[in-house]
Amino acid sequence: MAVNYSAKEEADGHPAGAGPGGGAAAGGGGAVKTRKPDNTAFKQQRLPAWQPILTAGTVLPAFFIIGLIFIPIGIGIFVTSNNIREYEIDYTGIEPSSPCNKCLNVSWDSTPPCTCTINFTLEHSFESNVFMYYGLSNFYQNHRRYVKSRDDSQLNGDNSSLLNPSKECEPYRTNEDKPIAPCGAIANSMFNDTLELYHVENDTRTAITLIKKGIAWWTDKNVKFRNPTGDGNNLTALFQGTTKPVNWPKPVYMLDSEPDNNGFINEDFIVWMRTAALPTFRKLYRLIERKSNLQPTLQAGKYSLDITYNYPVHSFDGRKRMILSTISWMGGKNPFLGIAYITVGSICFFLGVVLLIIHHKYGNRNTSADIPN
Amino acid sequence: MMSHLLPPHLHCCQCHVDANSPQCAGEEKRVGTRTVVVGHRPVSEADAYVAQKFCDNRIVSSKYTVWNFLPKNLFEQFRRIANFYFLIIFLVQVIVDTPTSPVTSGLPLFFVITVTAIKQGYEDWLRHRADNEVNKSNVFIVENAKQVQKESEKIKVGDIVEVKADETFPCDLIFLASSSTDGTCYVTTASLDGESNFKTHYAVRDTTVLCTDEAIDSLTATIECEQPQPDLYKFVGRIIMYRSNQEPVARSLGPENLLLKGATLKNTKKIYGVAVYTGMETKMALNYQGKSQKRSAVEKSINAFLIVYLCILLSKATVCTTLKYVWQSNPFNDEPWYNEKTKKERETFKVLRMFTDFLSFMVLFNFIIPVSMYVTVEMQKFLGSFFISWDKEMYDEEIKEGALVNTSDLNEELGQVEFVFTDKTGTLTENSMEFIECCIDGHKYKDCISEVDGYSQTDGPLKYYGKAEKSREELFLRALCLCHTVRIKQADQVDGLIGHPECKNTYISSSPDEIALVKGAEKYGFTFLGLENDFMKIRNQKNETEMYQLLHTLNFDPVRRRMSVIVRTTSGKLLLFCKGADSSIFPRVQQEEIQQTKVHVDRNAMDGYRTLCVAFKELTQKEYDRIDRQLNEAKMALQDREEKMAKVFEDTEADMHLIGATAVEDRLQEQSAETIEALHAAGMKVWVLTGDKMETAKSTCYACRLFQTSTELLELTARVVGESERKEDRLHELLMDYHKRLIQDVPKPRGSLKRSWTLSQEYGLIIDGSTLSLILNPSQDSSSSHYKNIFLQICLKCTAVLCCRMAPLQKAQIVRMVKNTKGSPITLSVGDGANDVSMILEAHVGIGIKGKEGRQAARNSDYAVPKFKHLRKLLLAHGHLYYVRIAHLVQYFFYKNLCFILPQFLYQFFCGFSQQPLYDAAYLTMYNICFTSLPILAYSLLEQHINIDTLTSDPQLYMKVSDNAMLQWRPFLYWTFLGAFEGLVFFFGVYFLFQNSSLEDNGKVFGNWTFGTIVFTVLVFTVTLKLALDTRFWTWMNHFVIWGSLAFYVFFSFFWGGVIWPFLKQQRMYFVFAHMLTSVSTWLAIILLIFISLFPEILLIVLKSIKERSHQTGIFDLPILVSYKRIENGYVKTEDALTNVAERYPLRIL
Repeated sequence: MAVNYSAKEEADGHPAGAGPGGGAAAGGGGAVKTRKPDNTAFKQQRLPAWQPILTAGTVLPAFFIIGLIFIPIGIGIFVTSNNIREYEIDYTGIEPSSPCNKCLNVSWDSTPPCTCTINFTLEHSFESNVFMYYGLSNFYQNHRRYVKSRDDSQLNGDNSSLLNPSKECEPYRTNEDKPIAPCGAIANSMFNDTLELYHVENDTRTAITLIKKGIAWWTDKNVKFRNPTGDGNNLTALFQGTTKPVNWPKPVYMLDSEPDNNGFINEDFIVWMRTAALPTFRKLYRLIERKSNLQPTLQAGKYSLDITYNYPVHSFDGRKRMILSTISWMGGKNPFLGIAYITVGSICFFLGVVLLIIHHKYGNRNTSADIPN
Repeated sequence: MMSHLLPPHLHCCQCHVDANSPQCAGEEKRVGTRTVVVGHRPVSEADAYVAQKFCDNRIVSSKYTVWNFLPKNLFEQFRRIANFYFLIIFLVQVIVDTPTSPVTSGLPLFFVITVTAIKQGYEDWLRHRADNEVNKSNVFIVENAKQVQKESEKIKVGDIVEVKADETFPCDLIFLASSSTDGTCYVTTASLDGESNFKTHYAVRDTTVLCTDEAIDSLTATIECEQPQPDLYKFVGRIIMYRSNQEPVARSLGPENLLLKGATLKNTKKIYGVAVYTGMETKMALNYQGKSQKRSAVEKSINAFLIVYLCILLSKATVCTTLKYVWQSNPFNDEPWYNEKTKKERETFKVLRMFTDFLSFMVLFNFIIPVSMYVTVEMQKFLGSFFISWDKEMYDEEIKEGALVNTSDLNEELGQVEFVFTDKTGTLTENSMEFIECCIDGHKYKDCISEVDGYSQTDGPLKYYGKAEKSREELFLRALCLCHTVRIKQADQVDGLIGHPECKNTYISSSPDEIALVKGAEKYGFTFLGLENDFMKIRNQKNETEMYQLLHTLNFDPVRRRMSVIVRTTSGKLLLFCKGADSSIFPRVQQEEIQQTKVHVDRNAMDGYRTLCVAFKELTQKEYDRIDRQLNEAKMALQDREEKMAKVFEDTEADMHLIGATAVEDRLQEQSAETIEALHAAGMKVWVLTGDKMETAKSTCYACRLFQTSTELLELTARVVGESERKEDRLHELLMDYHKRLIQDVPKPRGSLKRSWTLSQEYGLIIDGSTLSLILNPSQDSSSSHYKNIFLQICLKCTAVLCCRMAPLQKAQIVRMVKNTKGSPITLSVGDGANDVSMILEAHVGIGIKGKEGRQAARNSDYAVPKFKHLRKLLLAHGHLYYVRIAHLVQYFFYKNLCFILPQFLYQFFCGFSQQPLYDAAYLTMYNICFTSLPILAYSLLEQHINIDTLTSDPQLYMKVSDNAMLQWRPFLYWTFLGAFEGLVFFFGVYFLFQNSSLEDNGKVFGNWTFGTIVFTVLVFTVTLKLALDTRFWTWMNHFVIWGSLAFYVFFSFFWGGVIWPFLKQQRMYFVFAHMLTSVSTWLAIILLIFISLFPEILLIVLKSIKERSHQTGIFDLPILVSYKRIENGYVKTEDALTNVAERYPLRIL
């Protein structure tokens, strides 16, 4: 793609002059036009410019400032993170002693469902709102075949996609010649354990209210996911002609009793459909709101977790967990960010000091060098 | 120098370099002739007229037509290896089920291809337009004694064409008749070789009378001539005229009878000519076939890096594929219940599956070799080269022209030059000659004009002043007046050339020497008045007009290095005057005459003047007849005419009498000495290659400080080697001696230093053409390569080399020899004349000086500047900047794509090697096109890490980028490690962040696309800020594109995520970016990761800054010719020194 003059133009008597490739444009004017280059700042490469010079003198103060900013931030994050209460139970039932061991090899359609109860004790009370997560390990929700196995326009309420799902959903696209709604591997493998939490006080079990709404992104719930539209609000009718995903016990329009949490806009479903980034992940399951200002949300004490164990993970060596966590302004418990900030801030500060000493040593040796010449 | 005397006798200049092209290779073999029947009138019924097929007169410089543009252009574009690679990637994406949609690589490729196609289409359209202008122009053809108007492209070989004044010739014509009775016409060939002087062409003698349509139509003749060949100055042919009842008459045809297409008729009302070569067979068309492409060293580095990255790509894909199958060997990993394969997938053969997996990984990682780098590099080169032609400091008021860029491919090469080969005359010197003095029979005459005027009022100047005999003086001056090819140009006079002698005449000649000589003679009272009908008119000192019949002109050629004329005086005496270089005259005159003149010649040469010797001889009528016959015979020869002519010239110019010598001064160009000094200081070795004689050249070299007084000169010239039989032995001795002095006796510096001028003594070498040919082509083939090697070693040790008495081809030979030495140093040739074209084409970078010797050099060069002094800014400032810019551009591109793709690679370890892309397709596509392209483009156009003035005034800075310093493996590794480090930081930073249950204060969780978006955001900001850190010259444009790109990224992300796009299959990015920004943790993490990524860079700057200080005092005490990077760094921090050269400059300048 060399930018050469076309020899022809020159041969026709206009020795091209103005610039490369522009031979034609300039050649037209011919020899009469003065070829003196314009004396503009841009063409003479003399545009006014800021010419920063990063010297030790300018950078070292920046090191200090950064150090001074980062360390407090880091400490703040670290403290916040440490104040977050988090409790995690693995209820996979690998260990024979585990109450859920009996359910380890459940299949999808085992009736009646296998249930188990795990008792645990919270050492500290959970003061603010508590978020209940389920966690899966070794579950590759980010596998490419899995990630793409969905039809977003079907989930968006598109009627034609409802009955004719995208090919990406294969092999979960149709069942017995009927289109699956919602189609695809993600929907098909939706997490369907039921977790119930009880506070055990003097052998009485008090059920703790678990709120199942408000766990999905607002935009997902209200825009991205929509039930099919049609005459009336009867979901059963709207999903007419489709069949349930193979592994589901119930069709999509029977996910929940409340109409604004049923069908595609069921929040458990929406949360599941947001594929996790890593093979070990947590998903928000329920919210436990703080009832009054006087009592903590979850007091310290004994609790029991009732599990309707439907979801088989043993076959792929997976794990299932239940996590209770409070949340701060920066999210859940994660010491990484705080430690990283403190470390980087300290390194900055330390290097700043060391370099400043060296800098001064040499700076004093030849101070004349400071004067720009 | 040789070519100054007469029109340059260059040998097809295109052919030296491009010897393999079919056109040139065929040249020697093209012995066949073609027969042209004038006016298509069969000569006789007896001669069977076999119509030869000739091409029509259509000039086609365009490459494409409307119909073949698309396929042909696409084919040409995909022949480039990079485009082809991307095409393959695209096709793989289309065919195989790959992670990213074909759009991600198809769109950039489409963009690149389209832009290039539009550009090439536009250029071709311009060519079409220019072609049409030529092809459709009207010409007049004489058919059946009538003028017929036709389009130019309709001309057929054999047509008789009429051309009027100021028209250009539509094809190559044999000149038959003109409106002027003497059968001459004047043409300028400005558009062919740039020489704007008028050249006289001669009609075929027997047809000069046929100057009407009717008369010319009566001509029955055939022309035999050679097949078309590109040499503008060569033509051999024969015209055979048939007249009723007479024997056919044959006349020879030479270049003087040939009117070339493209030349313009001047000062002649009209001419008739018969077309012999048409269309693409004209000499002009043959000359405009592509120059050989020069590739820059940067491009070679890019290709090397590309191969590294290709290996990285392949190994990444291989690693992933292997691990994928290792991982999948576990059945629950291969196909867990929640993620079953499709039927098709299950049924595919394993080998095929592995292969497609491999291809998929290739596609996933293919962004590591960026399609956009090629576009950006092209754009940078194209746009960047404008700055050279815009530079007003390289504009010359005198010729009203600035620098000219013929190719933008070599901009950065200007910053890498190690050897400068320069012509002397017209390049180092002004090439405006001034007659200084002369000597006649050993007596010196030095005058100034006023004195002449004074004397001429009395009885002629020479009577009192001179010491030689009066008759000898007059003979000498007549010789000066007669022996030349100067023409007189009169302003606005069309009729005849000889008007009023009093009116201001300007002499025109292709050689300034001749004008100087004629003017010199004028000073002494002999004025050349012009040439009329073969008679040269001279006004002598007594104001009488003398007439001499010009019988023959034995033209100048660089081999003979002399020219002669044979004239007949009014009294009938036959005289031959000859002038030429002393070495070519002395052997041909009486030996006893030489000595007295030689003293003067040598002294003048020492003073740096150009000397010519003048000799004459008187011919008897008998001798003349013989010469005349021989010359005509030789001229008539169809084959080997050159050799035959040379033989006759050789015989004729013998046994002459030396009259005297002239000295002409060629002033040094302004600042050429300073420029040479600067080039030296910048670590370049300057070699002067000249055709001049040694003494002249040597003094010029001293004058322009190529040689210092302290320089020890080594000579390898005919003088020291001698002419004897033993010269080879002598040469051997000398070579060995020099070799010993320069190489063996010098203690070896540590390591292999390329530019070792730590030697205390500077050496200069002088060699001349004959010795060079002895070294390069010795008679005994035994030690040939040995000599050459030793010679090269000596040369490379010398700071300055002067090669004198060089033929044009020898100049190219020298350049080639240096070019091919170990390490292949970058060579630059600079010259102004046609004799420099070969070396300009041979060198890596060819610079033409827009001098007085025509435009041949400028046209064949890569860059043309008005003056030698402009080389300083061109190399030291422009070259340096271009190099730094493009080197940074290339490194940056590889770096930013490495840290772009590395997280994606790492992600494969966490997604079961399933080729799941980390980033959304839009980000994958736009990363190189939109988000990170403009800042680096702006940087690579505007960056001035050191002020231009500083660069120009401090040549030593040039050495910092020598040896392709910024594109060596070390800086490349540094950038690669930087990219890898940042890639790791991006990925694992976000990975650890995602260990959290939730990042939002409402406990909601993020998915894989948020993960990718965070990585991508950190990536875009980091690479842009990294560039910001490297930018040392922040114009508003830099601010605009850097902050603008970041703003655009944010804006685009919002926009892209803000809408449910109906054309997308998946709404993965819906509100992902907005959600990401609602999380405080994400903000903190992004800021932290950007800072960590840039931290090593900042730290390095500080460390260097501190180190600079500690070394600062030392640096300024260094000897001039020592490269900084070794001394200051020793072995400790060479890597840093190499890697971030750019950043160090401003620090040092302080």
